[in-house]
Amino acid sequence: MKLSIGAMVEPGSTRTNKTGSWRTFKPIIDVEACIGCGTCSMFCPEGTIYKVADKYTIDYDYCKGCGICAHECPVKAIEMVMEEE
Amino acid sequence: MEIMEGSRAVAEAVKACRPNVIAAYPITPQTHIVEEIARMVADGELASEYVRVDSEHSAMSVCVGASATGARTYTATTSQGMALMHEVLFNAAGLRLPIVMTAANRSLSAPINIWNDQQDTVSERDSGWIQLYAEDTQEASDMIIQAYKIAEDHDILLPVMVGMDGFILTHVHEPVELCPQEKVDDFLPSYDPAYYLTPKNPLSFGTIVYPSTYTEFRYMIHEAMKRAERKIIDVASDFRDKFGRHYGGLIDTYEAEDAEVLIMAMGSVIGTAKDAVDELRSDGKKVGIVKVRCYRPFPAEAISEAVKNAKAIAVLDKNISLGYEGALYTDVKSALYNENGPLALGFILGLGGRDITKNTIKSIAEKAQKAIKSGRVEKDSEFVDVGVL
Amino acid sequence: MQEELFAPGHRGCAGCGAAIAARLILKGSGKDVIIVSPTGCLEVISSPYPESAWKVPWIHSLFENAAAVASGVEVALKSLGRKDEAKVIVIGGDGATIDIGIGALSGMLERGHDITYICYDNEAYMNTGIQRSSSTPYGASTTTSPAGKVSFGENRPKKNLPAIAAAHGIPYVATASIAYPKDVIKKVKKAISIEGPKYLQIHAPCCTGWGFDGSKTIEIGRLAVETALFPIYESTEGKVTSVKKVKRKPVEEYLKAQRRFSHLFKIEGGEEELKKIQDIADSNAKQFGLDQ
Repeated sequence: MKLSIGAMVEPGSTRTNKTGSWRTFKPIIDVEACIGCGTCSMFCPEGTIYKVADKYTIDYDYCKGCGICAHECPVKAIEMVMEEE
Repeated sequence: MEIMEGSRAVAEAVKACRPNVIAAYPITPQTHIVEEIARMVADGELASEYVRVDSEHSAMSVCVGASATGARTYTATTSQGMALMHEVLFNAAGLRLPIVMTAANRSLSAPINIWNDQQDTVSERDSGWIQLYAEDTQEASDMIIQAYKIAEDHDILLPVMVGMDGFILTHVHEPVELCPQEKVDDFLPSYDPAYYLTPKNPLSFGTIVYPSTYTEFRYMIHEAMKRAERKIIDVASDFRDKFGRHYGGLIDTYEAEDAEVLIMAMGSVIGTAKDAVDELRSDGKKVGIVKVRCYRPFPAEAISEAVKNAKAIAVLDKNISLGYEGALYTDVKSALYNENGPLALGFILGLGGRDITKNTIKSIAEKAQKAIKSGRVEKDSEFVDVGVL
Repeated sequence: MQEELFAPGHRGCAGCGAAIAARLILKGSGKDVIIVSPTGCLEVISSPYPESAWKVPWIHSLFENAAAVASGVEVALKSLGRKDEAKVIVIGGDGATIDIGIGALSGMLERGHDITYICYDNEAYMNTGIQRSSSTPYGASTTTSPAGKVSFGENRPKKNLPAIAAAHGIPYVATASIAYPKDVIKKVKKAISIEGPKYLQIHAPCCTGWGFDGSKTIEIGRLAVETALFPIYESTEGKVTSVKKVKRKPVEEYLKAQRRFSHLFKIEGGEEELKKIQDIADSNAKQFGLDQ
């Protein structure tokens, strides 16, 4: 393994660590109910909720399932569902 | 050639190296260096950012931040200030930052004492800093220029501390020849960092390393230290070619060729020892000197080569690893362990500013000769001139 | 879509308030910054070699020296003629900032460096296992200020670092909470646009350390503000220039939602302590005129 001088690291490289595997509950966005306000995206500790067209979508590769998005959604358009094995 | 204080001679060399950032915090006997530099900045002779920090810990931290941003940096400290820097010293070396610092060698408290010994820098020998020790003010000055050249080499990238004995060298007025600016510019081009903090290449510095690779990072620092041995020798001879002065590479010798007794030490005591050796030689005694110019990396090979024909060596330590012996003595003996080398005697002396005279050196040489005659070392390590308790 | 400058894959707990703070700070600052982080949770979760969550230049040196390292970065940029290249920002926890790093921070503020120092305040040493810091609030149980038979937990109020920072006469001091993200972003933008030293303290609840479900990080943060236990304001050269008014809620609503205060509702004499905490909130409300 080639190590960098002084343990320097490339930017944004935690992306190789897919934290979606941590999840117990999975947030599901009801696209019909979503008003596109962006609250969920703003509060996501992983920064893994993106705007696509006028709605939001979750990148489950990284979502840890904390549930902040569902808890803060002003129109309760996100539901936390138990992950299946 | 001009007569000036040792601190000014160092400050002039620092100026000639055109550091971008200087961190300054007062502590005796280092203060005259940063005062001289402050005057240069105030008079517009030196266009450096001069940061009047809140502690030595911050002084070294400012150097870490500035060096990581691609700046050439300088600071100076001693004693308690060096002890306060302790963790930042390890950090600077681990981050592979070529910071250069003067250490105006002084004792450590308690009891508090502001005078010279080398306990401060010797206590930082494991920090990953290259450690050089100057014999006189001219060398303390010239070593700064050499230090940047060594530190900034991309094969090395390690910080360097230049030890100069507090008061004995920092406050003494001696004739010094300053290096002309244009020659220094030629010898030492501006710092070309291998990596630095910039949005153009947003790297992360100082990441957390797990057991799986920590050893490898320590190994890499160690390897850079070993490479520095060659570099220090080369830079010393390049310096001679450019400026006409040479003080040895990792070590230097004096009257050593046929010497039965070799006195080994670091720093200004070498000057006193040379005078003592001259007198001993005129009495027909075969005594010589090995000056240890570089303490880390430790020049084990050079030392064992230099002493191989001697019958006894006397190692002078202005420090003590309490509960054992002087640090240089331990290292020298370890270097010679498998070499079937000469008898070795260790002496703790010059602590907290206690004078070391020619007579002290002569009596040490005499003890070494006695050991040669009897074929055994009576006292492995001893305090010199210790008062009755 | 704005690029995420704090990448996912970091090791923060599910519901991590510090990670939210980091994201919001970088939303405010943009990419032309150099970030200095002291040792702490955010540093550890974001930089496990050979990975880093930071997409901006970032350096971690030690625990107590971030303000001094940042000072070095700032003067280096100046000396190298690269001042326009990046704004210098420190992002450190309350232990690093308010306890062990306060000397270096004071030096940085006093010397007038053009640096924005941001403390994400989660009110204890979370990285080492929830030990008390001088930013731990009155009554909180931590692993070194545990509630016990003869203890109500932390027996001293939060150290007021914004006031200490302001006493340096610096051009901008502000508090904020991750519960009000637009306010955080606005204040970061404002801070970096001002020349000189700036201090921001961002309240960042810690679900693991405070004892609440990770989904409630924002709710808890909001309650701290609404109860006036964490007043939100800005100050310039020592004078308060704006405050976030609130429709105040009793402190119990905030306290009862967290394990670190749960003992106050169980043990004898707890009511007395709750009253003391309400007094702190009342005093904050009065001092800053928080009531709507």
